[in-house]
Amino acid sequence: MKIIVCVKQVPDTNEVRLDPVTGTLMREGVPSIVNPDDKAGLEAALRLKDQYGAHVTVLSMGPPQADLALRETLAMGADEAVLLTDKAFSGADTWATSSTLASALSDMEYDLIITGRQAIDGDTAQVGPQIAEHLGLVNISYAEDLRVEDDCVVVKRQFEDRYHIIKAKMPCLITALSEMCEPRYMTPGGIFDAYRSREIKTLVRSDLKIDDDNIGLKGSPTRVVKSFTKAVKGKGTVVALDAHDAVDWITDRLQEKFIL
Amino acid sequence: MSFALSKEQRMAQQLFRRFAEKEVKPLAQEVDENERFPSETVEKMARFGFLGIPYGKEWEGQGCDTLTYILCVEEMSRFCATTGVIVSAHTSLGCDPIAKYGTPEQKEKYLPDLLSGRKLGAFALTEPGAGTDAAGQQTKAVLDGENYILNGSKIFITNAGQADVYIIFAMTDKSLGTKGISAFIVEKEFPGFSVGKKEKKMGIRGSSTCELIFENCLVPKENMLGKEGKGFGIAMGTLDGGRIGIGAQALGVAQGALDETVAYVKERKQFGKPISAFQNTQFQLAEMQTRIEAARHLVYDAAATKDSGARFSVEAAMAKLYASQTAMEVTTKCVQLHGGYGYMRDYPVERMMRDAKITEIYEGTSEVQLMVVAGALLK
Repeated sequence: MKIIVCVKQVPDTNEVRLDPVTGTLMREGVPSIVNPDDKAGLEAALRLKDQYGAHVTVLSMGPPQADLALRETLAMGADEAVLLTDKAFSGADTWATSSTLASALSDMEYDLIITGRQAIDGDTAQVGPQIAEHLGLVNISYAEDLRVEDDCVVVKRQFEDRYHIIKAKMPCLITALSEMCEPRYMTPGGIFDAYRSREIKTLVRSDLKIDDDNIGLKGSPTRVVKSFTKAVKGKGTVVALDAHDAVDWITDRLQEKFIL
Repeated sequence: MSFALSKEQRMAQQLFRRFAEKEVKPLAQEVDENERFPSETVEKMARFGFLGIPYGKEWEGQGCDTLTYILCVEEMSRFCATTGVIVSAHTSLGCDPIAKYGTPEQKEKYLPDLLSGRKLGAFALTEPGAGTDAAGQQTKAVLDGENYILNGSKIFITNAGQADVYIIFAMTDKSLGTKGISAFIVEKEFPGFSVGKKEKKMGIRGSSTCELIFENCLVPKENMLGKEGKGFGIAMGTLDGGRIGIGAQALGVAQGALDETVAYVKERKQFGKPISAFQNTQFQLAEMQTRIEAARHLVYDAAATKDSGARFSVEAAMAKLYASQTAMEVTTKCVQLHGGYGYMRDYPVERMMRDAKITEIYEGTSEVQLMVVAGALLK
């Protein structure tokens, strides 16, 4: 079985701090990580590899620094890593990103493509399903569990109030939730191998058969109309009163502000 | 001298840090309180290759280097010195002598199980009457046909009771002094081998420290490590490497205590402001971090020197001496900066101060390290 896992290198949002003066995000010095949903997807692929002996390829589009994220996936046990990197790809929205990835995927062999549900720096949850559309594949999103039965996958899909158990014939695409599985640690030896004896295959603009209209900023129909910093709420007040007095206290405050 | 860690060493450091924060930190207090060996952590470390870091893949090691192994001990010890010394005693003292002095057959038989962590290793030199004066060994080994028969006892043995394979030193010819000491690989199942009293300690309380007893213990002849009479050199050579591990443990304890203290002084308010606003606090923190960084350079340098293949006894002695003294000084100051809370078990600096002390004692006291350094100067 051949599995391709799409991953994105993202800033670790747990480490992002707000500038106390301007209230904007301070990105400097923020470590980059493999997007958590994608990492769970990789773990799911590696478990299939442990069970059935699959070949796992990791695919990413990003700047040259995304090399770090791909080395990490190799150190976890991925067999191969491919990076799509070119200035022509930069500024891509979800359409251009999925078009570019799909273009690379159309030249690769796979039975199963796994992407994360969404990236923590964008939260769109669009790239995975769009890739499936580009490639004409069945897409099962929000996967919380995954197993293989003959030439099919059986996926437990999480919904707000229920689960769907879906069986689909491969090839298909699954978007994974980080809840699906706890990613394994790298091994020290895996890290050394990832740097010393493994290659990351790099693909540039000219390697892909795709129109300029579908890549990079130019190929991105999304327009950001406005971006703004969310107003920081004032510090709250804690009052320790019983319910009756608390209601009085609140109504007094509301009257003071002429709301009541 | 510069220690820009390589890309792979930096990524390994991140791995160890992540593992330590997630798997080691949550258990540290309970392991200390209950004097409990953290078997579950050891199993996880084995699964992810942390118990065979600086050894070749042909023996199921990780194919990394000493410096990467040192980073592992340091990061574990930032939260739990017990976990740090389990890795260090297993790797430096249990595995190293076999990797360095073992025959191809001995390597084949023992290293894959040890380096993959399926089995744990330990090292036993100290006896009731032979501590710093290691030459005063009383344990005897007498050749009888195909076996050596060992009689005697060892004390204060790290990982004892948990380990499967022990490097044991015994006198094969008392009349020759240190030249009459030989080394043996002893399995816990060998007849006549038993684990005695478990020690109750001031610190590293989760680490299993016990007595070993040999009563007509049968050790196959082929389990002699190195040549007869070469045991003292093997012990000293092994301890040189072990000292870098203990230096890393001390470094981790010091950094861990300082990290805790930096967080604490920002929260703790006295006289209407956080105590981090007082210059006394600031200067103490700065002094401590500077000292820790100096210790880090010595420890990493000793590891890099070992990796280069050069002699590293003096570097290892200086690294252990300075890092252990730093750990003791820093943890003591950190408790002081915590005030009364620092003396309570609710705050980890109390445990860290207790843990720090042993680093000045085991694998050669600070005085032994001074002897090594002075010996090299006056040679």
